[in-house]
Amino acid sequence: MKFVDEFRDPAAAQRLLADIEQAAADQPPRKFMEVCGGHTHAIYRHGIEALLPDSIELIHGPGCPVCVIPMGRVDDAIAVAEADGVTLCCFGDMLRVPGGQSTLLEAKARGADVRIVYSPLDALALAERTPDRQVVFLAVGFETTAPSTAVTLVQARERNVLNFSVFCNHVTIVPPLKAILDSPGCDLDGFLGPGHVSTVIGTRPYRFVPEQYGRPLVTAGFEPVDILQAALMLLRQLADGRCTVENQYRRVVSGDGNRKALELLREVFVVRPHFEWRGLGFIAQSALGIAPEFSAWDAELRWEVPGVRVADPKACQCGEVLKGALRPWECKVFGTACTPETPIGTCMVSSEGACAAYYNYGRYSARTRLPVHAAS
Amino acid sequence: MCVGIPAQVVELAPSGPHTAIVDVDGAQREVNTIMVDDEADVPLATGDWVLLHVGFAMSRIDAAEAAETLAFMRELGSVYDEEFEAFSSDLP
Repeated sequence: MKFVDEFRDPAAAQRLLADIEQAAADQPPRKFMEVCGGHTHAIYRHGIEALLPDSIELIHGPGCPVCVIPMGRVDDAIAVAEADGVTLCCFGDMLRVPGGQSTLLEAKARGADVRIVYSPLDALALAERTPDRQVVFLAVGFETTAPSTAVTLVQARERNVLNFSVFCNHVTIVPPLKAILDSPGCDLDGFLGPGHVSTVIGTRPYRFVPEQYGRPLVTAGFEPVDILQAALMLLRQLADGRCTVENQYRRVVSGDGNRKALELLREVFVVRPHFEWRGLGFIAQSALGIAPEFSAWDAELRWEVPGVRVADPKACQCGEVLKGALRPWECKVFGTACTPETPIGTCMVSSEGACAAYYNYGRYSARTRLPVHAAS
Repeated sequence: MCVGIPAQVVELAPSGPHTAIVDVDGAQREVNTIMVDDEADVPLATGDWVLLHVGFAMSRIDAAEAAETLAFMRELGSVYDEEFEAFSSDLP
């Protein structure tokens, strides 16, 4: 088998695939959603969909924090970046995310001081080195990334760095899962839980998925064999009539999560009453804002931002892709008007977005299914 | 961007508590270790491996897991390249 040979442990992959085939044969077709950009990328990169039996479909949910940023928030970030004396720092992924009018990269070309940082601590260090500038960190990410912003804010307060602030767009993983499960016609049979988000929150917060919605969830690592094993664990739960949270990624993820990280999140952030998700609309209590104790470092209080809700372009179907209603290549503008070089939708921007991953590695995908048992 | 990359601790506390210099594929940088310092019974030591995310050690991993993850991430291509490029870039 061509692709399995490319795995570093082809024997383990082959055994798992045989078990998956056997488990899948005795049950109806299954749809599993993964909610982690790392999983999405790995699934496409390694052609995992093509290896699975036809009766198993993988749906790529809203697991990439860049892909869920609504256009209005990008416009707000650009407005801050273009204010007098501001240096806006962000992760490289954010530069090409389209706002209503332009991108941060275009704002930079127009003269705004926009810089890529590796870590929020780099933005804080820049603020300390350039006291005549207002340095704003554009914070995005799930619970994996939010504790890092929290530590940075704690340090800014300890060192009283007043020319530093955070434009906070941190989101949480549980509310969008609920939103997807609540959406009419949701026909998902189970979830692959995110790997590294779960190192922070642990596996307990996912219990509502089996308990309230009757779907199993398995947190999974990022290697092809991890993803295959997690898919097998889901199939076995369904076959046995069990429904629970299981942890495939025990070597990294614990049930309780990271105590310090969770403590930092509680100290520095408050849950926002609602937050807009690209393609999914407003979701209650789905994002983190900066707590009143840290309001001196909240960029949203320091600068007037348009705060306008910008409708997604009509041609763009990111929302349907994120909910699993459409496959990336079924979007009307996929690969034609919307490409990684000139993205219309956010799913095409980040290499962890479903559309960009499919665009880059589509040749390995389900559309070009190859026989699993071809001679090796 | 939610994928951690394995990094090896080469120096402890270069800038006080909860800091370490780590090595990723020959590139070195100071990172914050507060989230792993609190978690473990045994203090972080040079030679230990951590999963690194945006300049923070998020969890401790053993050498075998680090080697597996690194090999796998190199295969992933762009995701690893982006993380490595960001890690090894100079401060803005």
